Amino acid sequence: MSPNDGRERFETVVAPYLADAHAYARWLIRNRADAEDVVQEACVRAFRAIDQFSGSNGRAWLLTIVRNTAFTWLKEKRAEALVSMDGLNESERLAVERGALLESSTSPEGEMIAAADADELERHIAALPTEFREVLVLRDMRGLDYREIARITGAPIGTVMSRLARARSMLRTAWLATEGQPI
Amino acid sequence: MTCNEAEILLHAFLDGELDAGHAREIEGHVATCPRCAAALRVYGELRAAMSRSDLRYVAPDSLRARINGMFPAATPRASNRWTLFNSFMLGSALSATAAASLMFAVVRSDQDQMIAGELVSAHLRSLQAERLIDVHTSDQHTVRPWFNGKVDIAPPVVDLAAQGFTLVGGRLDFIDGRAVAAIVYRRGGHVINLFVTQGSSFGRGSTLKTMHGFNVKLWSEQGLYFGAISDINADELQEFEEKFEAATR
Repeated sequence: MSPNDGRERFETVVAPYLADAHAYARWLIRNRADAEDVVQEACVRAFRAIDQFSGSNGRAWLLTIVRNTAFTWLKEKRAEALVSMDGLNESERLAVERGALLESSTSPEGEMIAAADADELERHIAALPTEFREVLVLRDMRGLDYREIARITGAPIGTVMSRLARARSMLRTAWLATEGQPI
Repeated sequence: MTCNEAEILLHAFLDGELDAGHAREIEGHVATCPRCAAALRVYGELRAAMSRSDLRYVAPDSLRARINGMFPAATPRASNRWTLFNSFMLGSALSATAAASLMFAVVRSDQDQMIAGELVSAHLRSLQAERLIDVHTSDQHTVRPWFNGKVDIAPPVVDLAAQGFTLVGGRLDFIDGRAVAAIVYRRGGHVINLFVTQGSSFGRGSTLKTMHGFNVKLWSEQGLYFGAISDINADELQEFEEKFEAATR
């Protein structure tokens, strides 16, 4: 493969998804400059491996590389940033359960969410444990489907579903708590 | 269905990831359970707030420049038109993700289904304003050469106006991460997109599927793979394939 071929493959397979890669890295790393470094490093890895890409889903492929790069980076730079899947503490667990019990048929909370201040929402999403945050970002902000998310995160589809359910439930609870609404 | 089951599944329902059977069960449950109905509505609103909020982190131009700068300059084989088209595709690929995400049920996994889903997405995308046609002509001798250098095949292009399917133009599209030729026909008020590629991901053999109300016909002929999609009925789409094959033979 000539360098030009590799470059052209990169342009078709990887380049269209830089925006996804950047947003994903940004939400995983939570720091702008570091996230950009991670995307660049992921692009270097993608370029080196481009002839191994068999051509079914460039976006999922790139995001898998971004994830690996980001997690390697996190492990090296700040080991404490990774929260394990079952690492919810008691109060978080209770918050999830209380959120699930919430009843509201007239949905004033819906209107409140609709008026949500983006900064507030961002803060709540950033506060989610990594495993929950990433499925939320991939699904609700980047629009990937469950199979793609399962492939990228290396988790079964059932796990993707339950993480997404928990992520949204936690987000909803956190949002209501800041607003001082009765839960 | 119990509330406990619904609690997880309503997310998949909201995301368009449930197969029809489970989706009906959720609809049934929500119709009789105010609590789950409220939850579904709130999650829908929360998701809408997330997509409205400026949380998507736009990739800065400086990052693109850095990444472009990593490579030795490539010999410019691509025309400006192509470059423009690529940037355009980036935008439309993002906006199409919402449509694409509707296509998959949790339990489905076969390749045909995946391709059919991609075709439905591409079809929906093409029906959005000004996305349908790049080269606008009913002249088959204009459409075919237009694809030169844009896709790695010379797709057969025939006008089937006499057979009831009018050629209206061609377009470059992407299916399964790969550039494919899209030839656009009309039958009455209906649009038919015919995707042509040599990528074997379309699968061999001839299949007809219905997905989200669209009929999708896949077939292969002489090393090329075809996927026709439209909202015309299955018989008419079958007829389209026969007329197309007869005219190109």
